Amino acid sequence: MGRFAGFAVTFKQMFKPRVTGFYPREKRPKPPRFHGRHVLNRYEDGMEKCIGCELCAGVCPAKCIYVRGADNPTDAPVSPGERYGFVYEINYLRCIHCDLCVEACPTEAITESKLFEFSFSNREDAIYTKRELVVDDEGRARRQPWELWLDESENDNNSEWMRATSSAGAAAYEGRVNWSGELGYGVRSPERGQSGIMRSASGMTAPDEPVVRVDEEAADEGSRN
Amino acid sequence: MNPGRLLAADPLFSNGIDLTVVLIVIGKTIAVFVLLLVLVLFYIWFLRKVIADMQNRVGPDNAGPFGVLQALADGIKLFFKEQTIPDSADRRMFLLAPYLSLLPAFLAFSIIPIGGVVTVAGHRTLVQLADPQIGILFLLMMSGIGIYGVMLAGWSSGSKYPLLGSVRASAQLLSYEAALGLAVAAVLIQAGTLSTRGIVARQLWVGSWSTFGDWPVWNWFLWPTVIAFFIFLIAAVAETNHPPFDLVEAEQELVGGFHTEYSGIRFAIFFLAEFMNLITMCAIAVTLFLGGPAGPALGFVSANGWINAWIMPIFWFLTKLVILLFGTVWVRASLPRLRYDQLMDLGWKYLIEAAFLFAMVSGVYVIARQENWPGWVYVAAPVGAVAVYAILYLCIPRRDELSEEIR
Repeated sequence: MGRFAGFAVTFKQMFKPRVTGFYPREKRPKPPRFHGRHVLNRYEDGMEKCIGCELCAGVCPAKCIYVRGADNPTDAPVSPGERYGFVYEINYLRCIHCDLCVEACPTEAITESKLFEFSFSNREDAIYTKRELVVDDEGRARRQPWELWLDESENDNNSEWMRATSSAGAAAYEGRVNWSGELGYGVRSPERGQSGIMRSASGMTAPDEPVVRVDEEAADEGSRN
Repeated sequence: MNPGRLLAADPLFSNGIDLTVVLIVIGKTIAVFVLLLVLVLFYIWFLRKVIADMQNRVGPDNAGPFGVLQALADGIKLFFKEQTIPDSADRRMFLLAPYLSLLPAFLAFSIIPIGGVVTVAGHRTLVQLADPQIGILFLLMMSGIGIYGVMLAGWSSGSKYPLLGSVRASAQLLSYEAALGLAVAAVLIQAGTLSTRGIVARQLWVGSWSTFGDWPVWNWFLWPTVIAFFIFLIAAVAETNHPPFDLVEAEQELVGGFHTEYSGIRFAIFFLAEFMNLITMCAIAVTLFLGGPAGPALGFVSANGWINAWIMPIFWFLTKLVILLFGTVWVRASLPRLRYDQLMDLGWKYLIEAAFLFAMVSGVYVIARQENWPGWVYVAAPVGAVAVYAILYLCIPRRDELSEEIR
């Protein structure tokens, strides 16, 4: 009867609970590191973080990012450094939301929100420029009419993937803050790690020493903040 | 042949044909067509819901209550979609093929006894579109013609995958038509008639049963021909190209099979015809093996009232039909698609022999009863059949032996 065992399996499955949901009506909470549409962050003083280095464009496997850097105007600098992102475009018809750009960014300028429910009726809208990507004066993502922002707290740009993969992102640095503050949010606390370490409100708490010693240079880099 | 003879058993034509009779026939035609369409819409929804249940999913739930109107919504969408015709297609055949497959599917359903005998506008008539004397032969004819739609669709597409799909379809139909016909023959030998109404009547159904206590289920042909019943179901699913025998449209191998080049409403018509064929086959199985519209009547209302004359037989017919349709869905959810050689093996090496021997034994029983043959015949016939089948089974080359030779 072995070849008929499948019938018993399918019949039994009919009485088990459903694993799929009623999507447009009921939505599931998104995981903290959800990869949504990007935002370009600003420092707490309002300066843009992007320095126009094009590392994000270089690492992008879908070649959907187009960046051109320019020298900061001396009278009204856009970013604190020497250069800034003069043109920044992401083509969402090509983006696969792998967030390699987030990992590549040396200044945590590009991070991701949790927004994934957005669609366009023309190709123009699919190409997000700095006007859409750079956060507004409160540090919030600029919401486009074709984007479905629902729960503010859940969908806002929370950059957890950036913090999970920050530049000294070795496991030894779990819980250690090594990123700059953001406009509207300040310095974010480390996310709860895989070993379940604390998450303090100030965000500045960190284990004094890394559990495992990596080389000194990386350790110094890691304790920048 | 005059229409009265073609539709001999229907009392509607016994008193000559006037305008009322013509209107009743037209009304019945429309009603049966609508019923078949509604059954297809229901079946597609039922299929998707049951398979979703079996895969722990929710299934369609947006269009209408519980997603009942999903198939209708799909149909409307397909109706308004652009239709393309490939440059290399044989235009006329390409346009004709979907209808060539739809029409036999509908015609085959017209011989199904759906309900009892009712009185409409003073005329007594069968709840059945047509009851030709050739009944079951008509079904076999129509399923044979239906394959032309698939065949011509594949051929006229001017593209190789559709052609391969349609070649498979015709080979499959030819292979299983034999097993199907022999399984039907087992019943026909018992019934002694080809008329579907006659077959139902031979299962001792007169209108409705009076009460629930009266239970002539044992008169169904299911019991003396239970092997033929399963052979029929397997062959019917195979002949209508439904899973697990849907090699005609094996996506992994043939893109979409014979309908690869079709789009829009013509594409939908193929699916309509395909589901119609499956429903017709299940309805034929109900007629042949499960007593057709037979079932207990409601005892607390008048025995000849409209509920017992109209509703209950149709209710029992549809109930039996849905149970069989559930079986097809269950098979679809449980079994993977057969390989082509497995398909041919099953048809030619097992089903045809089994159906043939069963029909023979069936015939021996009927004749033995008529001619008062001695009792040992009743034992010898099945034993002989099993012995022949065993010898045949042992003679069939095993797959590993075959590959040994090839090596």
